[in-house]
Amino acid sequence: MYAQLVKSEGAKPREEMTPEEIAFQERIDRGEKIEPKEWMPEGYRKTLIRQIGQHAHSEIVGQLPEGNWITRAPTLERKAILLAKVQDEAGHGLYLYSAAETLGVSRDELLEKLHSGNMKYSSIFNYPTLNWADIGAVGWLVDGAAIMNQVPLQRTSYGPYSRAMIRICKEESFHQRQGYDIMMKMAAGTPEQKAMAQDALNRFWYPALMMFGPSDKDSVHSAQSMAWKIKINTNDELRQKFVDQTVPQAKYLGLSIPDESLAWNEEKGGWDFSEPDWSEFFAVIAGNGPCNEERLGARVKAWEDGAWFRDGLMAHAEKAEARRRAARVAAE
Amino acid sequence: MSSQWPLWEIFIRGQHGLNHRHVGSLHAPDAEMAIRNARDVYTRRNEGVSIWVVPSNAITASSPSEKGPLFEPSNAKVYRHPTFFDIPEEVGHM
Ligand SMILES: [Fe+2]
Ligand SMILES: [Fe+2]
Ligand SMILES: [Fe+2]
Repeated sequence: MYAQLVKSEGAKPREEMTPEEIAFQERIDRGEKIEPKEWMPEGYRKTLIRQIGQHAHSEIVGQLPEGNWITRAPTLERKAILLAKVQDEAGHGLYLYSAAETLGVSRDELLEKLHSGNMKYSSIFNYPTLNWADIGAVGWLVDGAAIMNQVPLQRTSYGPYSRAMIRICKEESFHQRQGYDIMMKMAAGTPEQKAMAQDALNRFWYPALMMFGPSDKDSVHSAQSMAWKIKINTNDELRQKFVDQTVPQAKYLGLSIPDESLAWNEEKGGWDFSEPDWSEFFAVIAGNGPCNEERLGARVKAWEDGAWFRDGLMAHAEKAEARRRAARVAAE
Repeated sequence: MSSQWPLWEIFIRGQHGLNHRHVGSLHAPDAEMAIRNARDVYTRRNEGVSIWVVPSNAITASSPSEKGPLFEPSNAKVYRHPTFFDIPEEVGHM
């Protein structure tokens, strides 16, 4: 979801695997964790860099639509809460970049690829947050969908990725609850407030469903990633779980899911629902969503405007170190 | 232009009386900033009472490919475990 279209590399039938590759797959099958300096197939390493990188980018780009509302939060308490949530997301990005770096890619390289458009982030962050109800919908639905995807990833085969996921999951439930709390307030408020909440749900519902990536039948890279345990559930499985979890939550709010085909299916014990418009999804991923330019523009500007600061701190650190060294020499 | 800040490994003592434990890493220009940044990301919810930061390149690790020869010797020494010895029940807890 935060990594929606990750091309996996080096899928191979078992009879073509080298003894090393077979031994590696057996370790994964036994549930062992793979650690940074250990041998791994090149395809595993590359696919992970792509997936963890995309996930990290999503965390930091995801700060933008919410950061937008920090100064306009309706109360001081809401402002403090939203600020803490957005700060958490920066931390999530950091944990994930660090995990990716253990695979031999540098932080600067990853950022360069994000800024040049060579690496993606989740499509969801290319939709605008138009009003305060949207902040509630984002926490409830977007962080809710993120949790669906991230909880199973705590068991992923790559040690640093798994540990990053465990840290992240501890913080995510705060995110979803603060969003739902905003929705409860709005839904129980004036008719206008309730209408805003409904409107936010209407706009975020299908983009949230897209977060899990294309339907399984169109998702060509799943099998290898699942064998490597860097993907645990299929896109459709997670989407179904998300819908089943969210429908009663919407009902509690007295809001309706914007899907006329939504119906309980006794046989599967879950809800039947309409697929999102996949042509819209592919257009947004390709760079043509409502906010792609704005988001990437804000990222690049922040990076460039911060260069003097990063350089300044480094220069200060180097000077201080030189001074310490000189003092040591003088003392000897 | 900009060179990337060095990488630091972060260790946090979760509670008084426990060991520092590795929690992750981060980039910072120097040790002092590494501690401040570690405070900001790794102790946001009362996770710690003390922080160590260590330059990543100062850590020497055992080699994964030598896991066998390095750790095997102790596998054969089962008598190092208290459960190796059968102590009669009459003796009581030992
Ligand atoms: Fe996050
Ligand atoms: Fe998030
Ligand atoms: Fe979150």
